[in-house]
Amino acid sequence: MDGHVLSVEQLTVAFGGLTALDRVTFDVPHRSVVGLIGPNGAGKTTVFNAVSGVVRPREGTLRRHGRPLRRHRPHHLPRLGISRMLQGLGLFPGMTVLENVMVGADPLATGGLPGMLTGLGRAPRDERRVRERAEAALHEFGVADTAHALPGTLPYGVQKRVALARACVCSPELLLLDEPASGLAADEVSELAERVRGMRAHGSVLLVEHHMDLVMRVCDRVVVLDFGRVIADGTPDEVRADPAVERAYLGPPEGDGDLLAPDGPEEARDGR
Amino acid sequence: MAPTHRAPASDARPDTAGPAKAATATRAGRRPALGHPLLRHGLWALAALAAVALLTAATGPVTDLRVADVGLHLLAVAGLQLLVGTSGQVSLGHGAFMFVGAYTMALLVVNLPAVPLAAGMAAACAAGCLAGLAVGAATARLHGPYLAGATLMLAVGLPAVALRFPDLLGGANGLAFTAIGAPPALSGLVDDTQWRALVVWTVALIGLVVLATATRGRLGRHLRALRDDPTAAALSGIPVGRARVTAFVISAGAGSLAGACQAYVLGTATPSTYALTLSLVLLAALVLGGLGSLWGAFWAALAIVYVEVAGTELAHALELDTDVRNNLPVVFFGAVLIIIVLAWPRGVHGALSALGRHRSTPSQTGDS
Ligand SMILES: Nc1ncnc2c1ncn2[C@@H]1O[C@H](COP(=O)(O)OP(=O)(O)OP(=O)(O)O)[C@@H](O)[C@H]1O
Ligand SMILES: [Mg+2]
Repeated sequence: MDGHVLSVEQLTVAFGGLTALDRVTFDVPHRSVVGLIGPNGAGKTTVFNAVSGVVRPREGTLRRHGRPLRRHRPHHLPRLGISRMLQGLGLFPGMTVLENVMVGADPLATGGLPGMLTGLGRAPRDERRVRERAEAALHEFGVADTAHALPGTLPYGVQKRVALARACVCSPELLLLDEPASGLAADEVSELAERVRGMRAHGSVLLVEHHMDLVMRVCDRVVVLDFGRVIADGTPDEVRADPAVERAYLGPPEGDGDLLAPDGPEEARDGR
Repeated sequence: MAPTHRAPASDARPDTAGPAKAATATRAGRRPALGHPLLRHGLWALAALAAVALLTAATGPVTDLRVADVGLHLLAVAGLQLLVGTSGQVSLGHGAFMFVGAYTMALLVVNLPAVPLAAGMAAACAAGCLAGLAVGAATARLHGPYLAGATLMLAVGLPAVALRFPDLLGGANGLAFTAIGAPPALSGLVDDTQWRALVVWTVALIGLVVLATATRGRLGRHLRALRDDPTAAALSGIPVGRARVTAFVISAGAGSLAGACQAYVLGTATPSTYALTLSLVLLAALVLGGLGSLWGAFWAALAIVYVEVAGTELAHALELDTDVRNNLPVVFFGAVLIIIVLAWPRGVHGALSALGRHRSTPSQTGDS
């Protein structure tokens, strides 16, 4: 495989008169964690929306392993090896935890409509495969004991793990995480950091996060957006030392590891 | 235990037992379900058919026809359940698909009397699926109240087609024909009305087996996922638009098969049978029975038939004049709906499963 897992070239997205992204360019190399940071409204979720085919860019190219992604739709993502965890989690409230993760594992099934209606043909094998993979993911993320609960009855931290399990169940080549640390306690954030680091074993992660401590700890590269433009791109240390970033976003440096932006009410506008 | 009205304990998924699964099978009494879903649902269907045979053998023609009526309404509401309860698309036009099925059946029997009953049913189902495809595709971009409005127009408009083409469709009088009775070989065993009930229930149960297999497997997960969160469903690889249309097609196929059964039982298809009230009653009964479960459809079908019967009897007992008498069942139905939904917001099935959970809570770790 050649090229980067994802290359974003001159990506421009506009909503009416508002230019949400202005010629954004950066790469996500193979087996790496790239952070995408910036103040509220900088355009981070919009990058995810463009990558996942939810919004159409006005200009620019997205490439996967050097090949352009053209007119792809959200439901093509699993086939492209890309998975996304939504900012508002997007769990299905009327389905059990196991069923939620089984929906994530559904791309493993190969049968068609006749099999779904009659349960014949490939359907039983599909069902078994999807269920087994979902159960394995529940174990891996430590939520197997909640398999038959509805997500709404679980603590927020557990719901996040379920959402993460659903996003990871098909071992994506590129995982898009939108603020996975918001609303988590300190020990849960450490665990999340471990997991994100561990994901480099089989894929890459593009991480949108306000929690600077986490970003600096897990990312190989950090891209900084401000008003839809890339204002810095480099290693965590380079970005940290960049005066433009400081000006636009960081404020005066006072010790490390603090939350640079408060975890706002993301759920109120989860940027879909 | 979490409120699981959408995934009841009886929800039989292929729980093949195995060491890897022991750890996740935490729900008390979750036994590995029996074999293939089609086999499991088929056995249920056979049991139900046997019950219908016993019931109709023990009772007279009036009950036979009511039992048949319950069967065909069960199929219609179960189809609506897939659309409304599972895929979350509210349709006020389900009666229009019953109209399509009834008229397909009637046209076939009137014009080609030699066509066997099974072929007529299949043709009616196919016609309904096509109608569902057209309606589903045309309304693909409509949601919530807009979809309800569009399907409402369908329910109002389609029966009027029969009035526009009186030569072909018989106008307000509809199409009448002689229903095929019991086969001569069985003439000593079953009478005509009993035979009709058995035919209707056979068709309805075949339809229900397909609906149960579909909703409890992958397709059901797709539909519930897009009902709950279309964006997240799409990101998981579900083609949301196509799945919505698929739900319409299946639901319309079931509705139209139910309409064909009704034409067969009544020996006639008239536009007034499929007026807007029917669509509204089907949807109201579904809410009354409980959204999201096939059991809800069963309670709904019982309610549709027997509330109407009770209403008619009441009207007779009070010796009301015909205008009032004709409308009393609908009013009666509305009153029952309001009372039940006020008492049990999740319908009869929701209330019964809550009761079941409540009973089983003290001995949760025990058998089931
Ligand atoms: N669908 C949309 N229609 C119109 N404007 C939009 C839409 N989506 C995003 N925007 C606007 O684009 C800009 C970037 O939004 P985006 O959600 O990408 O920000 P973000 O960096 O993810 O912010 P946050 O940190 O708060 O999640 C904002 O001004 C937002 O109001
Ligand atoms: Mg955002």
